[in-house]
Amino acid sequence: MHIVDGALSGEVLAIGAALAAAGVGLGLKKMDYDHLPQVGVLSAAFFVASYIHLPLGFSSVHLILNGLIGLALGWAAFPALLVALILQTVFFGFGGFLVLGVNALNIALPAVIMFYLCRKGITSPVPRNAMIWGFIGGAGAVALTTLFVAGALALSGEAFWLAAKLTLIAHIPVMLVEGFVTGAAVLLLRKVKPEFLQLSEDWFEQALISDSASRSVSKPCSVSTSSPVSAPDTVSKEARHG
Amino acid sequence: MPKSLEHSATSWKGQQLKHKPSLIDQLDPRLRVVIAALFAFFIVLSDQLLVLIIGLITAFALAILARLNLKRTLRRVIAMDLFIVGLLIMLPFTTPGTELFFIMGLTASQEGLLHAIMIGLKANASVLCLLSLIGTMNATLLGHTLAHLKVPDKLVHLLLFTVRYLDVIGQEFKRMRRAMQARAFVMGTNWHTRRSVGYLIGMLLVRSLERSERIMAAMKCRGFKGRLYLLDQMTLARLDYQAAAVAALWFALLAGLSI
Repeated sequence: MHIVDGALSGEVLAIGAALAAAGVGLGLKKMDYDHLPQVGVLSAAFFVASYIHLPLGFSSVHLILNGLIGLALGWAAFPALLVALILQTVFFGFGGFLVLGVNALNIALPAVIMFYLCRKGITSPVPRNAMIWGFIGGAGAVALTTLFVAGALALSGEAFWLAAKLTLIAHIPVMLVEGFVTGAAVLLLRKVKPEFLQLSEDWFEQALISDSASRSVSKPCSVSTSSPVSAPDTVSKEARHG
Repeated sequence: MPKSLEHSATSWKGQQLKHKPSLIDQLDPRLRVVIAALFAFFIVLSDQLLVLIIGLITAFALAILARLNLKRTLRRVIAMDLFIVGLLIMLPFTTPGTELFFIMGLTASQEGLLHAIMIGLKANASVLCLLSLIGTMNATLLGHTLAHLKVPDKLVHLLLFTVRYLDVIGQEFKRMRRAMQARAFVMGTNWHTRRSVGYLIGMLLVRSLERSERIMAAMKCRGFKGRLYLLDQMTLARLDYQAAAVAALWFALLAGLSI
């Protein structure tokens, strides 16, 4: 997903850098010093997790996980992803210096969009719905990122249109894999550590009450026990002595 | 994907770079960042083939001067080239212009070929320059340098925290992967894999978050007030002025050729 230096036109680079700077500025403003270690550790975790390659037929895809970052961090996803991109560019040689703005925008803006789109969905008391919204968050973020990458290429010249279209088609399987992985991760996170998704600790009861009130269902407790996919609860205890 | 590749990039080596001490290391880090940035500007915004070729040669010279690990650097640059080779092959055929040759009923144009070559040159020169000027710093030094260059404080702090914990979290990840392997988990193209990896990532994040809470508590216990202080004073020495003069001359030459 990294675009290299030299492929894009000057206007696209400038606009991308300006928008990314605005996003990072907003993200930094919304993130206070107390949350710095948290965002930093998460940025590192995502950096590591994005090197997981999942087999897909004869080849493999690597996860991007910007959807999950967005769901967890909101606007703070901008600085977190920018930092990860800077480290990748400087030490691994992915991407380039002048396209840093465009690359950051392409990855972070979909994350923020998914934050606003799926936030309500992932707090649904029905695990299946939450998982579907997680899927939408994961798959949607990759889809938007691909669209933005294709758009940046297409805006830089008509000669890139074919490449832009191919990028879109090639990433459809990635979207599906990413969506399912994100869905599963969301399912686990809301059980084990709801604060992670910026939910309060008793969010589940509250969601149940509001849900049953709105739909006037008389037996709300049946949903909580019959989760189709049960996340491994035992691991959360293990995590405390890490 | 073989296991070796899955793990190759997760081990973070930013703090313990293995390259021999070089002339580049003696330069002021601020100067290195500024030169790398200017270099990228000149190369990317130039349309002259000659300038780009000189740029690539300069970048190569810098890489040799920085005494980069040749094998590792080449592997990275080639990985990037493989990344863009598809794009570059398409360009001659999708750009209208003077005919050059035909393959399977498709016409390649001279303009497209030139464009593709220029993108390849720009990308390689820019990445090589970054790897040799900035990639040779350790990541903490990079953070301090950015702070001295007036990059927003919070962003620098975030960078420093990220760098510090990449190592720790990478090890945590490997530990959990090994635990899965010990339970005979093999990745395949199936839903079980995707769900398990989703749980793996979720759990990695949970552990990371809990770790960050302990870090915050430990730091507060030691009197952390929300900021780190930069103790290193960066001063420009004689060598830096000389290097800056050489770089200025070089950029003037590139600018002259571009016009």
